[in-house]
Amino acid sequence: MANAIEVRDLTVAYRESPVLWDIDLDVPSGALMAIVGPNGAGKTTLIQAILSLIKPAAGQIRIFGQPYRSVASSVGYVPQRGSVDWDFPTSVLDVVLMGLYGRLGWVRRPGRDQRTEAMAALDQVGMAELAHRQISQLSGGQQQRVFLARALVQDARIYLMDEPLQGVDATTERTIIELLRTLQSLGKTVMVVHHDLQTVSSYFDEVLLLNVRRIASGPVSEVFTEANLRLTYGGRVAIIKGAT
Amino acid sequence: MSLFQLEIQLVAAVVAVACALPGTFLVLRQMAMMSDAISHAILPGIVVGFFLTGNLSSPILILGGAATGLLTVVLVEWMRKTELVREDAAIGLVFSALFAAGVILIARYAGDVHLDTDAVLLGELAFAPFDRLQIAGYDLGPQSLYSTGLVGLLCAAFIILFYKELKLATFDSALCATLGFLPGLLHYALMGLVSMTAVAAFDAVGSILVVALMVGPPISAYLLTNRLDRMILYSILLAVTAAVSGYWVAHLFDASIAGCMVAIVGVQFGILLCIAPNQGLLAAWRRRKRQRWQFAIKMLVIHLLQHEGTPEAERECRVDHLQDHLAWEKPFAENVVSRASTKRLLNPVGESLELTPAGRELAREAIVHR
Repeated sequence: MANAIEVRDLTVAYRESPVLWDIDLDVPSGALMAIVGPNGAGKTTLIQAILSLIKPAAGQIRIFGQPYRSVASSVGYVPQRGSVDWDFPTSVLDVVLMGLYGRLGWVRRPGRDQRTEAMAALDQVGMAELAHRQISQLSGGQQQRVFLARALVQDARIYLMDEPLQGVDATTERTIIELLRTLQSLGKTVMVVHHDLQTVSSYFDEVLLLNVRRIASGPVSEVFTEANLRLTYGGRVAIIKGAT
Repeated sequence: MSLFQLEIQLVAAVVAVACALPGTFLVLRQMAMMSDAISHAILPGIVVGFFLTGNLSSPILILGGAATGLLTVVLVEWMRKTELVREDAAIGLVFSALFAAGVILIARYAGDVHLDTDAVLLGELAFAPFDRLQIAGYDLGPQSLYSTGLVGLLCAAFIILFYKELKLATFDSALCATLGFLPGLLHYALMGLVSMTAVAAFDAVGSILVVALMVGPPISAYLLTNRLDRMILYSILLAVTAAVSGYWVAHLFDASIAGCMVAIVGVQFGILLCIAPNQGLLAAWRRRKRQRWQFAIKMLVIHLLQHEGTPEAERECRVDHLQDHLAWEKPFAENVVSRASTKRLLNPVGESLELTPAGRELAREAIVHR
């Protein structure tokens, strides 16, 4: 299987302190991969480096064998919910439409076709009836689903999601997991920053254990072991149910 | 109304609209203070431009001012990136230094011209009609109408053309970047526009009042709507209203026109803060009050449900008993009971209270869904 993402010798530093140290990583095409690690492990930084949002100190990232710039439109990004101002004066549908801006290019405005597409994506995440609601009136789980719908309309081949399951209700969690599986069945590659170690084995088939360095990556059944978790979290892992 | 009066109002309205347009995005980007910085920092640029041209309405001044305005943004950004100073401190440092440079230049070299410190701080709209644009002997109206009009049109064109990009860059600049748009470029373009607007408006309303015109109408409009396009539209309407009514208030009290315009901007905000339909203080107060009654009614029906059909029901389900057990004052308890019975949630049977089926339903629901 070809690799969707290949990271070689990636080092990212803020000033002189490294956030990511010499990361090598292969993400197989079609993988549903969790990125797991303690706070400050560099999970978000890794995603942002893949998206060229930050400039690495060293190393190379290839997406389908090419640099990010030439495949930008095939990468969908779901940032952390808290990264935007939810009091911004706009509606749910409008936020989802933003996912289509890349395809529209400069100046052109979204039209009826785009709105139909955005509505279909909202329907997929169970938010169609809230399309015209002001975004400040959404619950945390609903905000997350809006972000997912926005990524869906991008119709990307790779999705990078930063903690989509953080602080969401049970319904939203189920919806999101179903959605991830649907994406995978469509042949998409999905990387998800994930916090809940209990659910890694049931939700994902690949995992990256990260703590500034890459501790391990590969199929959950092989690398999600107690020994690797100890290496990732130091001595701070007490319960590791579901780890094989 | 004389032609002069009409012209002054026209200039005032155009200035106000030109400020409100980029101001909307400044407010949404939480950069309101940047307008303060820029409006002061353009001074040295204007002074140098004035020395070069000897004319306060020359387009060179706009370019000079825009350059120092952008310099402010770059310097603030650079100081913040050193992580030795925070952004607010950096803004305060940079703009006051540049403003001081402008003031010194004026005092040292321009002591005897129209460009004095009073005009710099407050501007003088009343003089606008005296400086006229004449081409081949034809009088085409006040020059400042053209300079501010041009900048206003530039702002409008920029916002109309790049509405979608500005919206995305303001809401989620990371997505904006990953989709291949250039949030950094948009940011500097917007700051350039803010600078140019500040220069153009400067002659009319001065550097302090520019800030109020950039920030005031947009935050008032923000109280009225949840949609960006409406917010821009309402900002424009509020700005024009403030300009025209400010002129007449100034006329009435023989006061500074710019000062009155900004005072009106403040009054507009004050009124809307109180009475805005959903986000105003009055609406919030009403909402809280309604919730308080709803909560009290729920407490009452739950209390009645708990004791319904029990031996002590006779004693518990009485109006006068509520004062002890729910710690309600008598008038409050009576009010809650009458509200609940108007809603047909309970029937007062003599002194005791009996739930209706609807009341029972509400109580059960309230217990389940906390």
